[in-house]
Amino acid sequence: MRPNLRGMVKDSLAAAIVAALLAVPLLGFHLSGSAQGLTLDYRFGWVAIASLAVFCGRLALSLAGTAVGRSLRRRRQVVLPLSGRPSRIRPAVGWALVAVALLLPWTPLADRNLIDKATLLLIYIMLGWGLNIVVGLAGLLDLGYVAFYAVGAYCYALVSQQFGLSFWLCLPLAGALSASFGVLLGFPVLRLRGDYLAIVTLGFGEIVRVVLLNWQDVTNGPIGISGIARPTFFGLPLLASVPGRTTFHEFFGLPFSTDHRIYFLYYLILALALATNLFTLRIRRLPIGRAWEALREDETACRSLGIDPTKTKLSAFALGAMFAGFAGSFFATRQGFISPESFTFIESAIILAIVVLGGMGSQIGIVLAAVLLVGLPEWFRDLQQYRMLAFGGAMVVIMLWRPRGLLASREPTVRLAERPATLDAAGEVLP
Amino acid sequence: MNAETGQPLLTVEHLSMRFGGLFAVNDLSFAANRREITAIIGPNGAGKTTVFNCLTGFYKPTVGRLTLSPPSGARFLLERIDGFRIAKEAGVARTFQNIRLFAGMSVLENLMVAQHNRLMRASVYSLAGLLGLAGYRAAERRALDLARHWLDRMGLLAQADQTAGSLPYGLQRRLEIARAMCTEPAMLCLDEPAAGLNPRESQELSRLLLDIRGEFGIGILLIEHDMSVVMQISDHLVVLDHGALIAQGPPARVSNDPAVIRAYLGTEEDEALPPEVAGDLVAVPHSIPSAGQPPC
Ligand SMILES: Nc1ncnc2c1ncn2[C@@H]1O[C@H](COP(=O)(O)OP(=O)(O)OP(=O)(O)O)[C@@H](O)[C@H]1O
Ligand SMILES: [Mg+2]
Repeated sequence: MRPNLRGMVKDSLAAAIVAALLAVPLLGFHLSGSAQGLTLDYRFGWVAIASLAVFCGRLALSLAGTAVGRSLRRRRQVVLPLSGRPSRIRPAVGWALVAVALLLPWTPLADRNLIDKATLLLIYIMLGWGLNIVVGLAGLLDLGYVAFYAVGAYCYALVSQQFGLSFWLCLPLAGALSASFGVLLGFPVLRLRGDYLAIVTLGFGEIVRVVLLNWQDVTNGPIGISGIARPTFFGLPLLASVPGRTTFHEFFGLPFSTDHRIYFLYYLILALALATNLFTLRIRRLPIGRAWEALREDETACRSLGIDPTKTKLSAFALGAMFAGFAGSFFATRQGFISPESFTFIESAIILAIVVLGGMGSQIGIVLAAVLLVGLPEWFRDLQQYRMLAFGGAMVVIMLWRPRGLLASREPTVRLAERPATLDAAGEVLP
Repeated sequence: MNAETGQPLLTVEHLSMRFGGLFAVNDLSFAANRREITAIIGPNGAGKTTVFNCLTGFYKPTVGRLTLSPPSGARFLLERIDGFRIAKEAGVARTFQNIRLFAGMSVLENLMVAQHNRLMRASVYSLAGLLGLAGYRAAERRALDLARHWLDRMGLLAQADQTAGSLPYGLQRRLEIARAMCTEPAMLCLDEPAAGLNPRESQELSRLLLDIRGEFGIGILLIEHDMSVVMQISDHLVVLDHGALIAQGPPARVSNDPAVIRAYLGTEEDEALPPEVAGDLVAVPHSIPSAGQPPC
């Protein structure tokens, strides 16, 4: 396609008009309080500036984009490029990241604050890896993932309070409960495709949150549940002193420090996240994992090969939900307090953004995306009220630069080159 | 070839498929034998793909009975089995008129996905697979060997680790047939496998289909517009027009049938054309429908 200046100007004009329409209510009117009460100022100059900026930006993008766009379009023809050769770099980067994560608390950089932030980051990475099973591998757009996270968190909080079960007993329980919620939701909705599925899962996420808000007797409503049992180090409480029990620091003869708990929580979530990762990497190479990806590619072809679409999707949904349940119970034990506030739609959106930005299916991509999405807003804290603006801008730039996510190439689950033929292969397999 | 007629593998009785007021297939009856290639031909829109969609569970027939009797001795009433179970249990494999590969996955992975049910059984709800038990590993090795066998046969060994979507058109068609064969079917349904192939590739395809018929003894149902392929390899011909059967029988006889010539040429001419001439006249290139339609 030849660069078409008229088309571009038209397109930029349209963008400017949309921007103006949005800017009139957002920028055009300004209420300010004064001694006489509220006064309304009109700032249509700002609206003009905003639409002019959008016009110029859009035009510049299209002009710069024609050359880039052509190569992009060519690349887009294949759904996901396969990396040609088994990549040596990715496993190396993966192991390096694991090493960094393991050693982080021992470096001089580490302090309470950093480890706490890293713990939060790891929760998002784990959630991203869990959702990746559903969205990245099976291609099911789930906008209510946080519901399963909430189920896991409330399951741990309630069971540990009512029955006094330990974290390690509650963890599988929370996972199982979340997985059954996944099946429960999945059964009626998985025959829907694409957008419809997204809408229903969005609704489900909201329903769970509203139930948590209103079911006062069980969930304590908007006040939430506090005083949730803290994790123990294999039975040793990480507290200053507990009457009648040996605590962690007493057992190891260390001086008491609240840092112990923070570091322990960090290693705990690291282990949980790595388990999620290991599980995904393995299951991708099994028939069920390949069927998920095949289903994402073409459901009709799958049916013609005798693959049960419902069961296959359900398994992806349930397993993804299970990992959200694990992460949820970790969240509850870390905070010691949960309320429906923590499980709003924006959380689902962030987790989904991590998966999409990472490159739909790439495990390391998700780590990078989580660092960006959770890290950038922290970084931009100094910009104060322009923080989210800068964040949005950064996202737009990244999506222009890498429209298919940070690491979009896909590693095949099996390579012929690595599997030499057995000698009598032909004779053996023929019927 | 025709002397040794096999037993019926598939019997279609009074099949009708209605879409609103349109009878896409109207009271169609025919039989397809084991070890034979049965070609279904007819002008565009005659209802050929609809027959396949009924056979493979994508459509529920309005009326009709579809009986599959594979050599195992079982009998399947296909109109009562739903969707994917026809492929899984009755062993009916198919290809699509507009190729449907798993485009983003590698060629080898496409063939591994085709062996899903066998591998799932070996992986015991994925547990044996996750633990890497020997039983699963052996099953996976056998699946890889079967895939390698078909890749070799189709001349795709060198491309095994490429994305399926990046293959040239002719190879994609062959990969789709290989994928269907990897399910180890009792009946193979091919929807216009020669569409878009050049004459040399069509020749290779004909030879391949004859080989499959001879070697595996399965029945092949073939929808094809390329009359040179049809005349060369089919044992039995079924001709549809506007959803109705207008002729069936051995190719040589059917191609001289006045009703068939009328349907194809739209003339009143009763004079029989020699098969080669009829074939050439009919083998007009036709467009390949774009993707995104209902399964066809
Ligand atoms: N899902 C559907 N809904 C409505 N009409 C349909 C549907 N599927 C097929 N038809 C109609 O049924 C008729 C037969 O279609 P079919 O695809 O079976 O033809 P065909 O013989 O395969 O033609 P071609 O040679 O072009 O592939 C057509 O008129 C088509 O429009
Ligand atoms: Mg057709």
